[in-house]
Amino acid sequence: MSVEQLYQEIILDHYRVKRNAGLRDPYLVEVHHVNPSCGDELTLRVAVSDGAVTDVSYDAQGCSISQASTSVMTDLVIGGSPEHAFELYEGFQTMIQGQGKVSLDEETYGDAVAFEGVAQFPARVKCAMLGWSAVRDALLRVQAGAKEES
Amino acid sequence: MTGPYDVEAVRRDFPILARQVGAYPLTYLDSANTSQKPQQVVDAIADHYLHHNANVARAMHVLGAEATAAFEGARTAVAEFIGAARSEEVVFTKNASEALNLAAHTLSSRLRPGDEVVVSVMEHHSNIVPWQLACERTGATLRWFDITDDGRLDIEGAVRDGLINDATKVVSLTWVSNVLGTVNPIAQVAAMAHAVGAVMVVDASQGVPQLPTSVAELGCDMLAFTGHKICGPTGIGVLWGSYDLLESLPPFLGGGEMIEVVRMTGSTYAPPPYRFEAGTQPIAQAVGLHAAIRYVSALGMDRIAAHEHDLTAYALGEMANVPGLRILGPTEAKDRGGAISFELDGVHPHDVMQLLDSRGVAVRGGHHCARPLHDRLGVQSSCRASFYLYTTRSEIDRLVEALDYTSAFFSGRLAVAGGGR
Repeated sequence: MSVEQLYQEIILDHYRVKRNAGLRDPYLVEVHHVNPSCGDELTLRVAVSDGAVTDVSYDAQGCSISQASTSVMTDLVIGGSPEHAFELYEGFQTMIQGQGKVSLDEETYGDAVAFEGVAQFPARVKCAMLGWSAVRDALLRVQAGAKEES
Repeated sequence: MTGPYDVEAVRRDFPILARQVGAYPLTYLDSANTSQKPQQVVDAIADHYLHHNANVARAMHVLGAEATAAFEGARTAVAEFIGAARSEEVVFTKNASEALNLAAHTLSSRLRPGDEVVVSVMEHHSNIVPWQLACERTGATLRWFDITDDGRLDIEGAVRDGLINDATKVVSLTWVSNVLGTVNPIAQVAAMAHAVGAVMVVDASQGVPQLPTSVAELGCDMLAFTGHKICGPTGIGVLWGSYDLLESLPPFLGGGEMIEVVRMTGSTYAPPPYRFEAGTQPIAQAVGLHAAIRYVSALGMDRIAAHEHDLTAYALGEMANVPGLRILGPTEAKDRGGAISFELDGVHPHDVMQLLDSRGVAVRGGHHCARPLHDRLGVQSSCRASFYLYTTRSEIDRLVEALDYTSAFFSGRLAVAGGGR
């Protein structure tokens, strides 16, 4: 696996032009996640309404892998249900920890398929997971809050 | 040893330096993280385990006597190497972090609310967090030296702000910054500390491997370093302390060998250094450290320092030509160690590291356990290339070439130009 295969054009493209970047109102929950080994930081907000994720906005400092992965994630998660986001998270995590033995369904994952190469570089797995872990955490908090209210 | 420094002969002692990384020769520029080990050190450790292994101090048989002699021989060698007055001033720990924790923990027995501990913003986390913990436990206050814009210790500012004053009980400072490479004027700060009756502690993790060391010339009361950065094995560090100071301090960890008499109602403790060495010690590691000290001493620490100075000056010059590269810390080699941290415009350090690694060039990317320093410099993280006694100018050339490649790759020129310069 070469480094050129790791840095797929799709990844560099998302790194250059990040989708849904910036912090926006309104939102229900804001979380702050860090990668202590490299200092990458991510502040992420989610808005949920009528059972759908209506917005994921974020402010991130980090490497191309973590930034691009977060960008791709927002495109996939916005518009779906929180449950769909959890399913996507599970699938992406299984792939990224699969040491290159697990592939993603291109229909479901779109640009995220480009991260299959990252699975070959264990040191970068945390980078690719940062945005996904943050959105999962935020949506779980939304659900926990909804339960408290009902 | 006389004659010119023969780096190629030195490299032959380090088998790892001959290996390939993919299609490229290894270019190991991460020695501030950990140094590579010469054959002589590995052989000494193997010989100990294969022919002399026993526990020390308590085994009365021949092997026990040999192992004890080897362990105490290492202590004597360390004492001579750093110019200590006596070998009982050398305490073995598992690394420099433990040595600094030992210092902070035992010195905290003297701290009260209102007292002050002084560190600097350029410290490694291991010379910040132990003092934060000590201050939390005792109610003392942690204060710190700032740095100047060119990455030097801001002594003028410290004097102006009365940083070191009658409330100061401990000053703990790095000798050589692991990020900026800055060599701090320890003797000057030690004099400031002593003028107010404070104890001077030095984190010499990057200093002892690179510079001839004399604790007397540094004028400090305690000095910590680790074995693995000076061609020795992991698992062994050193805390040197002046005997009178060590004798006045309480134990650190409790256990075997650190005691005098144990009764269920209370115990008395062994004199230094044994008071601070609970349990079975890193014996083979001490043998390895001894071999490492023999190795660098045979090369000559002054010649190693000169070699590193030459490399640092060369690298600072060459790296300045890489487009978009900004060096953190002093840009001239004066009073500077062989670690150069830098940013590459528009490319995150993790990505720089990955691209360099793909060409066999090993550097470190991240905040190098110095997050407060990066905050102070206004950068999230950085890359660091660090050199040692086996580093060559052609390795620095390979670094610069790989940096050009990285810069081109991320600015999108790669596809057009085909890479490289």
